[in-house]
Amino acid sequence: MLENFVTIRNLQFHYRDRVIFDGVDLDIPRGKITAIMGPSGTGKTTLLRLIGAQLTPDQGTVDVDGQAIHQLSRSELYKARRKMGMLFQSGALFTNLSVFDNVAFPIRENYRLPESMIYDLVLLKLEAVGLRGARHLMPSELSGGMARRVALARALALDPQLIMYDEPFTGQDPITMGVLVKLIKTINDTLGTTSIIVSHDVPETASIADYIYLLADGKIIGHGSPETLQNSSAENVNQFLKGLPDGPVPFNYPCNTLEDDLFEEDRP
Amino acid sequence: MAKQRYTDFIVGIFMIAGIAALVFLAIKVSGLTTFSESSTYQIKAAFTNIGDLKVRAPVTIAGVKIGRVTTIDLNPQDFKAVITMEIDNASDRIPTDSTANIFTAGLLGANYISITPGFDETFLKNGGEIENTNQALILQNLIGQLLFSLKNPDKNKESP
Amino acid sequence: MIAFIARLGKAGIHICEAIGRSGWLLVRSIIRKPNFRHGFPALVEQIYSEGVLSLIIILVSGLFIGMVVSLQGYNVLEKFGTTPALGQLVALSITRELGPVVSAILFAGRAGSALTAEIGLMKATDQLSSMEMMAVDPLRRVIAPRFWGGFLSVPVLAVIFTTIAIYGGYLVGVRWLGVDNGAFWSGMQSNVDFRIDIINGIIKSIVFGFAITWIAIFQGYDCVPTAEGISRATTRTVVYSSLVILGLDFVLTAMMMGGW
Repeated sequence: MLENFVTIRNLQFHYRDRVIFDGVDLDIPRGKITAIMGPSGTGKTTLLRLIGAQLTPDQGTVDVDGQAIHQLSRSELYKARRKMGMLFQSGALFTNLSVFDNVAFPIRENYRLPESMIYDLVLLKLEAVGLRGARHLMPSELSGGMARRVALARALALDPQLIMYDEPFTGQDPITMGVLVKLIKTINDTLGTTSIIVSHDVPETASIADYIYLLADGKIIGHGSPETLQNSSAENVNQFLKGLPDGPVPFNYPCNTLEDDLFEEDRP
Repeated sequence: MAKQRYTDFIVGIFMIAGIAALVFLAIKVSGLTTFSESSTYQIKAAFTNIGDLKVRAPVTIAGVKIGRVTTIDLNPQDFKAVITMEIDNASDRIPTDSTANIFTAGLLGANYISITPGFDETFLKNGGEIENTNQALILQNLIGQLLFSLKNPDKNKESP
Repeated sequence: MIAFIARLGKAGIHICEAIGRSGWLLVRSIIRKPNFRHGFPALVEQIYSEGVLSLIIILVSGLFIGMVVSLQGYNVLEKFGTTPALGQLVALSITRELGPVVSAILFAGRAGSALTAEIGLMKATDQLSSMEMMAVDPLRRVIAPRFWGGFLSVPVLAVIFTTIAIYGGYLVGVRWLGVDNGAFWSGMQSNVDFRIDIINGIIKSIVFGFAITWIAIFQGYDCVPTAEGISRATTRTVVYSSLVILGLDFVLTAMMMGGW
């Protein structure tokens, strides 16, 4: 078994006119929780989509469990995706299906199992996230936090080896955040899955991550265990982790001096 | 799952309604059941002028529809229009010396073929041809003749 | 001046790209081995939501259009003293033109816009993406049943529309205005040809159904995944579908009149 579940080398990707990744190297170790953090808009979600092969890089390789996923044929890719689970920021539950049917969906679509077995599986997945009693509700009846937990149960439905969490803590109340943190850690420990968390919630993520990558301006600006990074002296790492308003990421949008703008010829 | 069965049922009704509507259109609106392809035989007739006769025009005897025109061709040798007709098998006793005429339905209506039966003992069979034909009445020619005779009343009296 | 031409060229290129993408969408959704276990229930569900739920507007509009055609037709025929020909006037105008065209435009407005909005919303809320990540191809699971649902529903709706419109024409012409019942139906039967009029009308509605469904699904799939993007896409569906229907109607009518 490979030590790293995902290996990314020299990743280059651009969207419209912006360069998103400019030569990024990443290793996601198997069975551990790896966090990818950075300022908004640096392409963290794009990275997850590249790993899942929903997007193709301009250059570079992405290897998942030993397979170069961008070289796979369509059917091989779909087989490889069964090993992955992804939790989207909004949950992305199917609004026309109940909670039960949402979680059962990947099982029903990919395997032929009798309904009684599917019933047991779905109930166990929902039990893991604590929502077994909500299985008859429709997604529109769930709160945001509950929807995310159902989405987590659905991502776990096929017992994936890799789970990717796209901003799981963003905009949640403290209790729900605590619940999600506990769930992610427990799932990782008990199932031995490899977890990738994309987030910019420093305290929560740092509390459970085994390894952190800091992404900014299309490059990795720092990586290490949470303790190493907290003690880092690099300015940009420091600014991000401590949440300082001004530093390498400037407070002011680039412009002329205030005097120049006030005395500009075209002003009203 | 009860919802699924309800949906299936309703969609089934929907499709049946569509087919029923189609059948209604076929029978009530277009009178489809009058002729089916296999129970007809073909005969031909040649005309010097067919006027406005179109394909699928009715073929009648004594005003009763017994078939229709299927193809209209031009004979390049003698420049006559060759009409192919399909006649209902029930009308299989048309004498071989019958006459085929082209009439107009009403004053301004469409042209159709009317067969005036002859007196022969033998009958037309599949692939047969009606020898005697009368060309269509062309209104313009008629008006032209009328105008001509109005202008020249004397010449008319002298014709043998 | 040059800038204007450049913009025109750029717009042209964007249109070509969009048409290409829509072609890809069609091919990747439809040209597949049919999967009956999952596909059939999904198809039935789509026929329900696209076809059956459009029935009310089709029935009501059909009835009224038939009645209006009959009324107007009677008005005109009266001047020539040929009111017994009302039956064939109503039947021919509806089976050849009004039936396929109006039912298609109504379908575009009701079901086409719903399709676009639904697919656009699924795209905006990442439902299609998450399906991909669950190793389920959304083109087969979500898009293809909607395609086939449209192809099958539109001709059925058109035939039902035509039928009820003719019935509406009968109600006004025979029951109200006093046209002779026998003349109404027999004039219709001897002048409406099954192959030329009815079958051609059905062929038209099949072509229209294909066009509307393709446009509606593509606009939803391709839209900008925001609220504004979805609303624009929905409007585009209705507008483009209606224009395409009318344009195709002219082309098809010309082909059919020329005797194909």
